Amino acid sequence: MRIICPIKRVPDTAADKKIDATDNTVDRDGSEPVLNANDEWSIEEAMRIKERDGAEVIVLCMGPEAAQTTIRKALSYGLDGAIHVNDEGVAGSDAVGTARVLAAALADEEFDLIIMGNQSSDARTMLVPAMLAEFLDLPALTYAKKLDVADGTATVQREMPSGHQVVEAPLPAVVSVVEAINEPRYPSFKGIMAAKSKPVATPDLAALGVDAGEVGLGGAWTQVDEITPKPPKEAGEKVSDDGSGNLGAQAVAEFLTKQKLL
Amino acid sequence: MVDILVLVDHDGGTPKKISNQILTAARAVGGGEVHAALFGDKASEAAGKVGAYGATKAFVWEDEAAGAYATETQTAALVAALEASGAQAVLYSSDPFVTDVVARAAVRVGAGVVTDAVDLELDGDTLVATKPIFGGDMVSKCHVKGGRPQFIGVKANAFTAEESGGGAPEVAALDVTLDEKAKRAKVTDVVEASSGGRPEMTEAAIIVAGGRGLGDAEGFELVERLADALGAAVGASRAATDAGWYPHQHQIGQTGKTVSPQLYIGAGISGAIQHRAGMQTSQTIVVINKDAEAPIFSIADFGVVGDLYKILPPLIEEVGKRKL
Ligand SMILES: Cc1cc2nc3c(=O)[nH]c(=O)nc-3n(C[C@H](O)[C@H](O)[C@H](O)COP(=O)(O)OP(=O)(O)OC[C@H]3O[C@@H](n4cnc5c(N)ncnc54)[C@H](O)[C@@H]3O)c2cc1C
Ligand SMILES: Nc1ncnc2c1ncn2[C@@H]1O[C@H](COP(=O)(O)O)[C@@H](O)[C@H]1O
Repeated sequence: MRIICPIKRVPDTAADKKIDATDNTVDRDGSEPVLNANDEWSIEEAMRIKERDGAEVIVLCMGPEAAQTTIRKALSYGLDGAIHVNDEGVAGSDAVGTARVLAAALADEEFDLIIMGNQSSDARTMLVPAMLAEFLDLPALTYAKKLDVADGTATVQREMPSGHQVVEAPLPAVVSVVEAINEPRYPSFKGIMAAKSKPVATPDLAALGVDAGEVGLGGAWTQVDEITPKPPKEAGEKVSDDGSGNLGAQAVAEFLTKQKLL
Repeated sequence: MVDILVLVDHDGGTPKKISNQILTAARAVGGGEVHAALFGDKASEAAGKVGAYGATKAFVWEDEAAGAYATETQTAALVAALEASGAQAVLYSSDPFVTDVVARAAVRVGAGVVTDAVDLELDGDTLVATKPIFGGDMVSKCHVKGGRPQFIGVKANAFTAEESGGGAPEVAALDVTLDEKAKRAKVTDVVEASSGGRPEMTEAAIIVAGGRGLGDAEGFELVERLADALGAAVGASRAATDAGWYPHQHQIGQTGKTVSPQLYIGAGISGAIQHRAGMQTSQTIVVINKDAEAPIFSIADFGVVGDLYKILPPLIEEVGKRKL
């Protein structure tokens, strides 16, 4: 079994974001970026399959040179190697550009499963898993809160607004996972040390045979016209309950009535 | 001017509220024809109801393959609907399952996709979408580059549904050819958990959310009772879903759902940045927390400092009275 885990390097939600005013992209040097949280669950899921059935697990990341640290972090969980698409030409890619590059990076790879997060915390489009599946002409099992792989078939519980669907597809397949699927481990000291010597391939767009005009800011199918900070919201009225609960309850009901919400 | 195809999400023959909101928005912004695409069980029944919100034509695919397989069968239907309609833009609801269909269809037809729009304007033949980004810290305007089909996802409650006074639309059955590949991802079972008759969280006009301050799973009964009094959905913080007090799909925040209801009421939630990233674009925010310093107060329109166990029971009663 060979498993691919696409991972993304994202700004830390808890840190200030800076926008590069010249091209409306996120300035990732403004804060120390991190491994996209949702990708920790896909890595954990891949590790569990590796430990149970034996598998080679490869990280796939499209990102700048600095993404090396994110890739090493991902490898420290016990994965086997990485493909880092590192080319200035990918900067500013939209979801379709990202999926196109990830697909190109896998064109000559053998694999049974692609396991990825259902969303990235910065772009949050939820588009890349289905788009990657489309480019690779593979079935996609998305929003999985449980994954089983046996006899050449992947079966997931696909989270619905209430309850779930059971969906299955033959391998190879793309699976995107939600937070409920597992509890990720912490990297071990041994894992952190081993990550340093895991092989990382660094193809550029030319090596992947991707036309630079189809990706990056220029090749994007969408365009950002402007980004403006939201004016900070002024905190509204705040009342203290007197301990009985009635005062607080009346105040909320009064507010809702005044706002025509009741 | 742009003709718009609205991918209508429906439930057993009735278009969802968000679809009526999107039809209304399409009518207001496009200046051209508004068409609807409806797939799956009872799609033609739902199609009869989209005229009231301005669709003049409905493209229907009622094949059971729409629900028996995940995503790809509907992708083929959306591509067929777009071709049959001739529209230059597709508006759809920003819902995970719909997003999957749109993502695949966009690659297939070469369409650019903008997700989570809360406002739309027309610039020549181009729809310009306004969307919150970075958890609502910033707002961006973006569009699909010229010459491509424009696919734009619309957030629930961004627009108010208004009837157009239009009559029943012309209904056309779609001719969809499915190759075997479209049937690779097979739905073998559907396990419905009881929603208690509550609306879906990503669609609801009102959400009552509970956090660690509820103390235990039973605490959510209070949240559910207030939600029921208001006709609201129930949301939760990660602390609450992690503890197993409420199912994960109700989690609001960075690694859960982004919601923007007309009214968000949070009880026993501190308002960590990862939680705020999923709810701070709510139109009105009301919070109850016993810690006057909790960060959630900084984004609240109305806050009560106090014990939720004392406040919620009389509030549920008062809401019941005022609703009568
Ligand atoms: C990568 C990452 C992703 C995350 N994603 C999410 C996410 O998607 N969603 C999310 O919510 N969080 C997320 N978190 C977690 C987030 O940082 C917070 O830990 C979490 O939101 C806290 O939940 P809470 O407010 O319920 O609990 P707490 O922060 O513990 O707050 C509980 C609050 O309840 C109040 N309280 C206690 N008892 C009472 C009472 N009787 N009456 C009134 N008030 C009371 C307390 O004063 C306190 O303010 C994420 C964290 C990380 C690192
Ligand atoms: N630049 C990237 N490199 C590798 N994987 C990515 C990249 N961007 C997105 N992904 C994957 O796509 C998933 C969903 O992201 P998104 O569609 O942006 O919400 C993430 O959890 C990653 O697994």
